Amino acid sequence: MQRRHLLSTFALGIALSAPLAADDERYITLASTTSTEQSGLFADIVPQFRETTGIDVRVVAVGTGQAFEIARRGDADSLLVHDTQGEEQFVADGYASERLDVMYNDFVLIGPSDDPAGIADADDALDAFSRIAASGSPFTSRGDDSGTHRAEQRFWEEAGVDTTGGWYRELGSGMGPTLNTAAGMDAYVFADRATWLAFDNRQDLAILFEGDEALFNQYGSLLLDRERHPHLKHDLAEQWHQWLVSDEGQAAIAGYAIDGEQLFFPNAGHH
Amino acid sequence: MPIADNAFATALTLIVTLDPTLLNIVRLSLQVSLSAVLIAALIGLPLGASLALWAFPGRGAVVVVLNAFMGLPPVVAGLMVYLMLSRAGPLGELGLLFTPTAMVIAQVVLVLPIVAALSRQHIEALLGEYREQLASFGLGRARMMPTLLWDARVALTTVVLAGFGRASAEVGAVLIVGGNIDGVTRVMTTAIALETNRGNLALALGLGLVLLLLVACVNAAAHLLGERARRQMG
Repeated sequence: MQRRHLLSTFALGIALSAPLAADDERYITLASTTSTEQSGLFADIVPQFRETTGIDVRVVAVGTGQAFEIARRGDADSLLVHDTQGEEQFVADGYASERLDVMYNDFVLIGPSDDPAGIADADDALDAFSRIAASGSPFTSRGDDSGTHRAEQRFWEEAGVDTTGGWYRELGSGMGPTLNTAAGMDAYVFADRATWLAFDNRQDLAILFEGDEALFNQYGSLLLDRERHPHLKHDLAEQWHQWLVSDEGQAAIAGYAIDGEQLFFPNAGHH
Repeated sequence: MPIADNAFATALTLIVTLDPTLLNIVRLSLQVSLSAVLIAALIGLPLGASLALWAFPGRGAVVVVLNAFMGLPPVVAGLMVYLMLSRAGPLGELGLLFTPTAMVIAQVVLVLPIVAALSRQHIEALLGEYREQLASFGLGRARMMPTLLWDARVALTTVVLAGFGRASAEVGAVLIVGGNIDGVTRVMTTAIALETNRGNLALALGLGLVLLLLVACVNAAAHLLGERARRQMG
């Protein structure tokens, strides 16, 4: 009968929803960036942290701008992002009580392998950016207020380039979708190396410019302010914050590699 | 089309090996979407029937709003629920953000207008046919409701299935309120979005095929049960 069928559907729904009840397992919610999550770093180091402390880390991976906003609203216990200026401002504004350097990787300029703008032999990063603009080759930008987007904008500004031309495509997407789009339209793109290494759909794209110190990409961990959001799991979050900069945490970060290539370089204690 | 070929192979491998990560994601997807549809049906069916049965000032406005909300973009629904459940929001005390419960709430917001608006339409049409007959039995409006809901059950099953389709297919709302946390709030659609972002297009499409299969199974089950019910009654 129809009624019995409806009832059994409802019963199934209820049975399935039973495990929805929150478990009292110890965990923190970490707001972080897509680059750290999508590169597979957290999947590698969080189990090691859990082993040591019994605390699980639930990662919400978003752009740096949104990660700041989540932490500002009190929706995450901890914050790990890569926008040093923004992070220092976050501490100055009283949302976080401490910021520590954790690790770095670097940004790279990627483009179609025939390199129409000729950036492969550019003198430095600024020169490479200028050459892309001068050639009018398409460039895809994250345009999402992420740490990578903010870094990219600083380069255009320093190079004195006006990015309003039709060659400059602002996507409003994460790193992966931006790389997908760049691959589709043979465009240049500014990316973090970790996401690039973990990225599969490269088509004709290749790293064309790398190695300038200006392309250094620093990640910082922030200890959120206890008084502003007293309900957060500050004690557990502090253990994570300290573990990241401890010898064990730094070794875990250094140990993460894809195809033998190390993705993040620990540098805690360098201020 | 190497990506499509790989996608079929990937989907097949995932299903045949009963990949534990995939099973967990499938279980959570069904759990969230079925719960949301159940809640939306429990509220939406009587609500739709009431709107068909009772005339009151502003009824037209309510109907228009419900119809308009059928087109609510999932990402807007997600944002609304996010702002409600955020610690800085009115329901922040509950600490529900980034949990499966938050995802259920967001999907109820998406599914409820569909169930209520479409069931109102069906009940109103049915009421046009039955009104005199029902009135001749001396039934009041409140007593008519169960009869009408029961007689419209075939159409209403389709309405509920449409709601399930919307819930299981959307990604915008659950991504915002769930956070796509591995093993906790990662469902089929957010997993597909993530793999697309990582450039694993074959795996993303493979997961998409598994999702299609899953939705087809739910619809087939509803269809078969409906057929059996018709035969038993016939």
